[in-house]
Amino acid sequence: MADLILKLQKANIIGRGGAEYPAHKKWEAVRNALNQSSKGPGLGYVICNASEHEPAVSKDHFILEHHADKLFEGMKLAIKETGAREGIFSLNAKYYATMKTDLDARIAAAKKDGFSMRIVEATSYIGGEETALLNAIEGRRCEPRLKPPFPTQQGLHGAPTLIHNVETLYDIALVAEGTYDDKRFYTVSGAIPHPGIYRLPVTLTALQILEQTENVPQQEFFAQLGGGASGTVFDQQQLAHETVHGAGSVVVHLLKENPRELLLAWLNFFHKESCGKCTPCREGTYQLVRLLEDHKRIPWKKMQPILEVLEKTSFCALGRSVPIPVLSYYRNVLKKS
Amino acid sequence: MNKIPLDTGSGKKVTVYLNGQACDAQEGETILTVALRNGFDIPHYCTHPDLPIDANCRTCLVEIEGKEDTVTSCTLRASEGLRVLLDTPQVVKLRRENMELLFGDYRANSPRIRHGYWSRTLEEIGHYRVSGTRYKRDDPQREIHKMGTAAEFDPALCIACNKCVEICQYIGICHLGLEGRGSKTRVGFNPDPANDCIYCGQCTAHCPVEAIREQSHLEEVAAALRDPDKIVIVQSAPSIRTSIGEGWDVPAGTDLTGQLFTAYRMLGFDKVFDVNMGADITTMVEAQELVERLRKKWDGGLVSGPMFTSCCPGWVKFAEFYRPDLLSNLTRARSPHIHSACAYKSWWAEKAGVDPKKIVVVSIMPCTSKKYESTFEHLMFDNMKPVDYVLTTRELISLLKTRDIDLPHLDTSEVDREGTYSGAGLIYGASGGVMESALRTAYFMLTGQNMPRLEFEPVRGFEGSKRASVKIGDRTVNVGVVAMPKNIWPLLREIKKDPNVLDYVEVMACPGGCIGGGGQPIPNTFATVKKRIAGLYKIDSSMTLRTAHENPAVKEYFEWIKTQPEAKKNALLYRTFSQKKKGE
Repeated sequence: MADLILKLQKANIIGRGGAEYPAHKKWEAVRNALNQSSKGPGLGYVICNASEHEPAVSKDHFILEHHADKLFEGMKLAIKETGAREGIFSLNAKYYATMKTDLDARIAAAKKDGFSMRIVEATSYIGGEETALLNAIEGRRCEPRLKPPFPTQQGLHGAPTLIHNVETLYDIALVAEGTYDDKRFYTVSGAIPHPGIYRLPVTLTALQILEQTENVPQQEFFAQLGGGASGTVFDQQQLAHETVHGAGSVVVHLLKENPRELLLAWLNFFHKESCGKCTPCREGTYQLVRLLEDHKRIPWKKMQPILEVLEKTSFCALGRSVPIPVLSYYRNVLKKS
Repeated sequence: MNKIPLDTGSGKKVTVYLNGQACDAQEGETILTVALRNGFDIPHYCTHPDLPIDANCRTCLVEIEGKEDTVTSCTLRASEGLRVLLDTPQVVKLRRENMELLFGDYRANSPRIRHGYWSRTLEEIGHYRVSGTRYKRDDPQREIHKMGTAAEFDPALCIACNKCVEICQYIGICHLGLEGRGSKTRVGFNPDPANDCIYCGQCTAHCPVEAIREQSHLEEVAAALRDPDKIVIVQSAPSIRTSIGEGWDVPAGTDLTGQLFTAYRMLGFDKVFDVNMGADITTMVEAQELVERLRKKWDGGLVSGPMFTSCCPGWVKFAEFYRPDLLSNLTRARSPHIHSACAYKSWWAEKAGVDPKKIVVVSIMPCTSKKYESTFEHLMFDNMKPVDYVLTTRELISLLKTRDIDLPHLDTSEVDREGTYSGAGLIYGASGGVMESALRTAYFMLTGQNMPRLEFEPVRGFEGSKRASVKIGDRTVNVGVVAMPKNIWPLLREIKKDPNVLDYVEVMACPGGCIGGGGQPIPNTFATVKKRIAGLYKIDSSMTLRTAHENPAVKEYFEWIKTQPEAKKNALLYRTFSQKKKGE
């Protein structure tokens, strides 16, 4: 395992689910937890997080459809290296509906090779949060757990658990075979002629991505980077300097778009997907939607205290990210125009 | 349930600084616990010392000195030298906003506030300058859910803190669970036909916002007190007197018996009697039944299984729903407040020359299932319900505060003569108390003398399952004392293996017995319950009348009972049981 961990560190492999946590650190934590475990190795789990529910992000779907070989290689590698008892795909239920035959066959084939794997269907956005995902697999209420302990220490059924996004496992497979080339998958969508999934260098700015994919709009525009709900909004000028983080999405909006409707789309999404565990997210997202629905002009002043508790006091990243699109849109686009 | 460890420190002593003040703490203890112990004031709605940390209400916010982030003090662990600020402007602003979200339209939705009664929650949010009117919360489109005639759940007030769910799971019933998502998240009820609520009300004693609560009898009691034609009798359960003071921040365990009697008279009750006197009647009936069983057994007769107590309606509901096969082993004695109410509506009414139909009996109980029990038709005699209304300790606190009666500072007064009680009746409040009282009297019945030492320590204490043996002459009586349903199952398995392993078993639904009951003041914590228990035993040890069979009021009652026809005697002293369906 030490070899691979070093390779992951050198290649700078980071989590592509959105959090960008260095992969080698997760591996180290799992290794330490397995060493300390009184039960000994062979009891951990590897989970592939394929819950993908963020709007305007479908790169994991793309990988499942076109690069499943590599993904399964990454999964097998992780199981073998960590000595895990089982590999679990937490898979967006809609994806599974269309890919069942192929994925079931791959899992059956892996079993013949001695790898125990199964698919668990994920049905919500919060189900992609790694501890909520663990609760869901264990049959509990799908809501995030208090950390620590982290999943690498006490994850599924209390055992050390390595959780990676689809793309991260794909990257790990490339690193192992020596073909990783510092690229990532971008989901490009919105008011553009050629929406799609593109694999391009990680160093590109958002504008370069739009240029290389022939997607620069004719009219004035802005874009949300990193996620179609939780991503940050930048104006046209900023896009020339910003690289794309998070889940790797670029969503282009025309400047003339109705701000109230755009805000409502984001907030409705967060409200609908809130698990209901903590106060700011459970109550706050609902009140934000209400405020917008009840006012013809955007009631920024009334929204502000709710956005503040969401940002500063939410239990998990879902709640904390609600203000990101809203406030960056206000700061980078509305205030300037 | 998220298996987060309870708030336990490592044992290592450290010093933390709260608002600059040095405070002793255990390493790993939460800052919320340290702060509360040191008298600091931090709002918190999802933290309870006996239950897992959920960190969902986001009101117990603090700041770590030198850092900008606001963190929850229920998850911040003490470490050497940690410096924490408890009420910076940012903390105050953020926690107030979260409370505004939690209590969005609380004032309009709380029936207690609407009816003009004192509300603990209202006082609390007022203390933090939270309006309770700023936001209209999402409507989960659900009706108020009734748990029998004992408790109810109001979705409009629920803040999904999960405490009721966890305590229900802890005691071993698992009837509650959160349901719905997002802003519609509320408590739901186990749909499994093989699972039912036992009406113990532990959920109500752990709800921080009066969303799961007792079904109120306040209005009915107020109406009875206003009615000049009614003779309104009040009788309080043993457990009230060492816990009610908590409503005024008087330490748990403080005896306020005399002040309570004064308060009842101020409220306008016509007669102040006592459930303790009823407990003495129960002891007489139950000890007699026990003695008969023991004699039969000792004479070689067939006695299958132990005799179980039946004074806890939560336990009775448990048996009637989950284990109807046990019902023939439950003592047929009525429960204390029913026994005394029967006595007052028959014997006392005759003695005082009043029409029993004009009597209204109000029991003040630490319990919600006593409300349920008071509605049983099969307990009626002469077409009368023995007990008309039951108020919980919490309801009485609310009533007294609404009337501006400052209980702890009242002069003391005495119970009316027919309410005279013994220390044995008083200790019914604690787990093991019924057992101890019955043994005191059964011993006397079997040997003709009192036990050489009345205290029977092995059955005392907070543990959920206790065993003891008592020597009566050259015979040994084996007894078991159980609190909480989760401890019943192992005991029943043991009895199944050997039906004669125990002679007599006391079962209570609540942790620590009635004293930790579902109607008790909030917060209802194990530590508090232990102090209340100590208070009860202290009163007992200071009394001269300490056995039921020596109680002059009870003696007089039984003399009177002897003159009554058999059917009436039965109706006043005994009860029956029947299998119950879900929701019954």
